[in-house]
Amino acid sequence: MSMDELFSDAARQLLDDQCTPKHVRVIEAGGSPQALWRFIEDAGFADALVPEAEDGAGLSLAQVFSVIELCGSYALPVPLAETMLARALLAQAGAARPAGSLALAQGLRTADGGLLCDIVRLGRVADAVLVASESGWCVLPVVQATATPAAFCLDAGLQWSGAQVAAALVADVQLPAGCDLRTLQACLVAAQLSGALSAVFQRTLQYANERNQFGRPIGKFQAIQHQLAVMSEHVFGARMAAQLGCSGNGVLPARLRVAVAKARASEAALVVAELSHSIHGAIGFTEEYDLQLLTRRLHAWRQTAGSESYWQSVAGACLVDQHQGLTLDLIRHTTDPL
Amino acid sequence: MSTLNSLTLTRIPAEDEALRAEVRAYLAEAVRDMPAHVRARSWGGYDAEFSRALGRKGWLGITLPKEYGGAGRSPFARYVLVEEFLNFGAPVGSHWIADRQSGPLILKYGTEAQKQFYLPRICQGEAFFCIGMSEPNAGSDLASVKSCAVPNEQGFVLNGQKIWTTNAHHCHYMIALVRTSGETADRHKGLSQVIVDMSLPGITVRPITDLSGDRHFCEVFFDNVQLPPDTLIGQEGGGWEQVTAELAFERSGPERLFSSIVLFDEWLAFVRTEAGRTPEALRLAGKVFTQLAPLRAMSVAVQEKLTRGESPIVEAALVKDLGTTVEQLIPAAIADDLFSRDSENIPLELLLTLNYVTEVAPSFSLRGGTRDILRGMIARGLGLR
Repeated sequence: MSMDELFSDAARQLLDDQCTPKHVRVIEAGGSPQALWRFIEDAGFADALVPEAEDGAGLSLAQVFSVIELCGSYALPVPLAETMLARALLAQAGAARPAGSLALAQGLRTADGGLLCDIVRLGRVADAVLVASESGWCVLPVVQATATPAAFCLDAGLQWSGAQVAAALVADVQLPAGCDLRTLQACLVAAQLSGALSAVFQRTLQYANERNQFGRPIGKFQAIQHQLAVMSEHVFGARMAAQLGCSGNGVLPARLRVAVAKARASEAALVVAELSHSIHGAIGFTEEYDLQLLTRRLHAWRQTAGSESYWQSVAGACLVDQHQGLTLDLIRHTTDPL
Repeated sequence: MSTLNSLTLTRIPAEDEALRAEVRAYLAEAVRDMPAHVRARSWGGYDAEFSRALGRKGWLGITLPKEYGGAGRSPFARYVLVEEFLNFGAPVGSHWIADRQSGPLILKYGTEAQKQFYLPRICQGEAFFCIGMSEPNAGSDLASVKSCAVPNEQGFVLNGQKIWTTNAHHCHYMIALVRTSGETADRHKGLSQVIVDMSLPGITVRPITDLSGDRHFCEVFFDNVQLPPDTLIGQEGGGWEQVTAELAFERSGPERLFSSIVLFDEWLAFVRTEAGRTPEALRLAGKVFTQLAPLRAMSVAVQEKLTRGESPIVEAALVKDLGTTVEQLIPAAIADDLFSRDSENIPLELLLTLNYVTEVAPSFSLRGGTRDILRGMIARGLGLR
């Protein structure tokens, strides 16, 4: 068994035990994420992308693709994927790596030299945030920030004063040129979407086989079968796109591949969420049924780090402005393994 | 591992990828003077002389063994060729069926004499094939074919009718699915594949004009056609299994992604001009691109499974249904883009190409199994049937 398979099997076991729907609900309702994070940290997942020389597992983004998918399929309410990548970037920059989980966010400089992040994804459950702004990258602790509520229950708006920014946990992180926060985040979210899409599909397929109406499982009706076929196509296509986003040997994703990944996965999120609820009927619409833990995230992640239209425009600008000749050649460039 | 997460990123082997430069240089010259609306016919375009020229280059039947006139190359070599043919809009229709499926079918099921006779001709572009599957009352329900070949002293006597047979009026041979024993009610049992020499007495071919004015598909009538004993290809009664295997090979190739690509590239050339560039057009370009790119990766990954001898029937159906959806999105969305603008100053060649692809787009999700049939196959693969 390869290193990445060992890793994802171990992650699955851990999440099966420690990230049940009950755990997710408790944390969504305001419960502490610390116990869950401790299990993840102790198992070493958060350092998966950190070089071996720095006591990490030294894996590439492609090798942790399955683990990031699991973060999606278990609706993991802590920023594991983000922490994996943030720690790898900090290690690459030769910067210190603070303990605890790390969210990723884009910040705006405020008048007093502070930083304002309108939406920090998983900002309510992270220990610190790797913030990108016009004046560079730094790591700031969540506990110090002034928090405001966000639309999704695990997110938050966070603001730090100039004095707090001056005393950042890690200041002036030197990341490679062209390293764009939204691209990094979109890459991770696309892979999580892939996992969540797959989980929603499996759950819906199972429901269609079990739910009886008119004397037979609803999955025996052609109309339902075709809806499930359409769902499966989107899950299948989004997964390949998300794999493209995480392809390569290092930890930095390629922007055009991420555009493909996030655009395609976001399109699929909408279709799959709609069809899964259509097939489930009223039960899928309840709080107590677990489907909502995933479909609410499909929508939240579609709205994270650029929706499909944002990334379609990025890819389109690349195809129109930076490419001449056959579209095939840019497709080949984007799909051949690196 | 389930079907839906069974594909991984796959690289086309370097020795096959190496073919690309040569074929591209050749095509750039060969189609230089063909307007886009003609190139948009792609694998519907018919040019026997062009096919023979490809045969002389060694690019027909490239996967067939050398002893039968082929090049003994991997299916990926053909994949690269086809990708280039389609993206340039080369007129590959005359040899398309022979190259894609009749040649491999004869290699797999044929007798030594059949292989010796047909395969070198296919490789030279001297034997064009059509597929006789559909009949007036056997469309999606293919197992209900009624044409029958009844054994007699000289071989078989063929009676019946085929329809929607692409290029039957230009082809030398048809591989037909016919009943050789039993009754229509026996369904899959008693069906066989036969190779029919289209010059035999008793065969009448009538082209049917399609909605765009082209004449590519035909009605074919068999009136007491005397077939020789070696007309059977493969097992007597094994026709259904042979046809099913054949269909799996034709569902995930580049021809399920790139049927509208000549139009897309023609439109992009306009969008790259100052008059053509709008934010909406950029977004549409990206929408198509971000759908095509993963599909191409999937198509290559399915090809790799086929090359390893697997039979990824459901994966191929998924790729075809997704692929034809993008192929049909392209003309629909480009039309909306072009006519959402204030100015109607749009290049005529682009509009002619758009018009042609718009007209033929419905066929993309009919040929090779309709959308509904594919979704039924997918449902079966998911365990719902």
